[in-house]
Amino acid sequence: MYQTESSWGSYMPPRNVGDPLERIERLASENAVVIFSISTCCMCHAIKRLFCGMGVNPTVHELDEDPRGKEMEKALMRLLGSSSAVPVVFIGGKLVGAMDRVMASHINGTLVPLLKDAGALWL
Amino acid sequence: MQSFKSLPHPEMYCHSSFFLREDGSRSQTRFADLGDLDQPASAFHHDGAVDLSPSSMFSLKSGNVAVLSGDLHYDAVLNTSIGSVEIATTGTGCLDTGQYMYHKGAAIASSLGNGHCIENWGDSGMADNSQQTDTSTDVDTDDRNQLHGVQHCTIAVVDSLEKSKAKAGDQKTLRRLAQNREAARKSRLRKKAYVQQLENSRHRLTQLEQELQRARQQGIFIATGFSGDHGSGNGAVTFDTDYARWLEEHQRLISDLRSAVNSHMSDNELHLLVDGVMAHYDEIFRLKSIGTKADVFHMLSGMWMTPAERCFMWLGGFRSSELLKILGNHLEPLTDQQLVGICNLQQSSQQAEDALSQGMEALQQSLVDTVSSTSLGPAGSGKVADYMGQMAIAMGKLATLENFLHQADLLRQQTLQQMNRILTTRQAARALLVINDYTSRLRALSSLWLARPRD
Repeated sequence: MYQTESSWGSYMPPRNVGDPLERIERLASENAVVIFSISTCCMCHAIKRLFCGMGVNPTVHELDEDPRGKEMEKALMRLLGSSSAVPVVFIGGKLVGAMDRVMASHINGTLVPLLKDAGALWL
Repeated sequence: MQSFKSLPHPEMYCHSSFFLREDGSRSQTRFADLGDLDQPASAFHHDGAVDLSPSSMFSLKSGNVAVLSGDLHYDAVLNTSIGSVEIATTGTGCLDTGQYMYHKGAAIASSLGNGHCIENWGDSGMADNSQQTDTSTDVDTDDRNQLHGVQHCTIAVVDSLEKSKAKAGDQKTLRRLAQNREAARKSRLRKKAYVQQLENSRHRLTQLEQELQRARQQGIFIATGFSGDHGSGNGAVTFDTDYARWLEEHQRLISDLRSAVNSHMSDNELHLLVDGVMAHYDEIFRLKSIGTKADVFHMLSGMWMTPAERCFMWLGGFRSSELLKILGNHLEPLTDQQLVGICNLQQSSQQAEDALSQGMEALQQSLVDTVSSTSLGPAGSGKVADYMGQMAIAMGKLATLENFLHQADLLRQQTLQQMNRILTTRQAARALLVINDYTSRLRALSSLWLARPRD
């Protein structure tokens, strides 16, 4: 159901050293909806279910399954200014935020237009 | 008409001359001054030798006194010594006595159990008043009419008393009467002491209640039986107290809003009231956030709600989507744009709720897996390190409970705010009233259910 990074792995030029934030931004711009997650995190599970429930097919990067996941986690924590790196959502390459921001934007009606603009939702 | 049958005591002062007959309006029943005979039984028991004139009343017990008719003829049995001494002195003293006597008479009557008879006495004793109950001790209101009557009674009585005194003149009797007085006085003092004691206890009780309230607010854990649970006790008790206060304030704001809506206040002023209620909602979410950090299990348990509310609770509070469904019919008329907005809000809140619910389920499953991962049962508890490790993981997962509760409250808050944005001021006011009515009914349902008669 989710597109994982591994399916694209063979197409990507290998990068051994790179700024984690840069990597994050690169990954975020590759798909309409990108979620950075940790496989054991239940809040991440909730956010995935939210998008699926809306009929969106998000791209999920499980940081605990990524060799450079740890540094990306730290970078995300700095980016969000929060003690928990995940879940974090990018739509159309732009940062939306963690669960609270995503939910707030869904309730106030700004999430759906955002998804439509990014081509993640039709109708 | 006196219709007394033969009285048992020869020494009784039930002399014909004692009987007062009054025609017409002066409906006064006077009993002997029995002193303070609130506890007549005790008085009588303590002083065995006392031959109180009430014993003449006791003769009623044996059914010697026939029921008096409604002719306003009544007979007063008087205690000579008391009667003469006290009556002769001051009018007011007499009046007091008179009231007192009546009142005590009623009390005694009840203790005698011959209520029927005394009831009639009472009945005949009050020209203007309705039937007195046996146990009536509040005859203060009836007294205005009687006071004059008593005075008149008094004068008539004094005459007959003096005559009878001359006739009686018995030493033994006089001594008995003195003892009677003494007993009555002691009774009065006892009653006074008792009442004083009650007053003190009452005062002490209110003091204790205030102390308790204050201590609760300071988060001091007072209840016994919880030895090591201080941490969670504080958070729970604090929140409960804060919530109770919040609810009171909320009811006040809502009733102001209600009267504003009914009085067709201007939109500008109504807007202020609506904003006030919304700001007050923000306050409860703030309190819940503090409570969640202090004691997440208490908040999740919903023990701070009434049972019926708890039944419909979702993740420690109300279900936003349900509230919107309830509002559905009460918001008309809605513009098309508003209708779309409300529908979208309902849908998005539903989706958010589902997502959080599924997240919670995953959390639960994960916890079960963690707690059961080290071997359980007879072969279990093999490796302590494993056990401790798994416990640590479980602890981490429990911490995410706080996050879920927090998200649920955010969802509720944002739903209310969005609703306020979509609706007009008047519609929003009505919506808030509807929501309050709904939760009030749930609370009332809880009370009714708890108070229902059980077989």
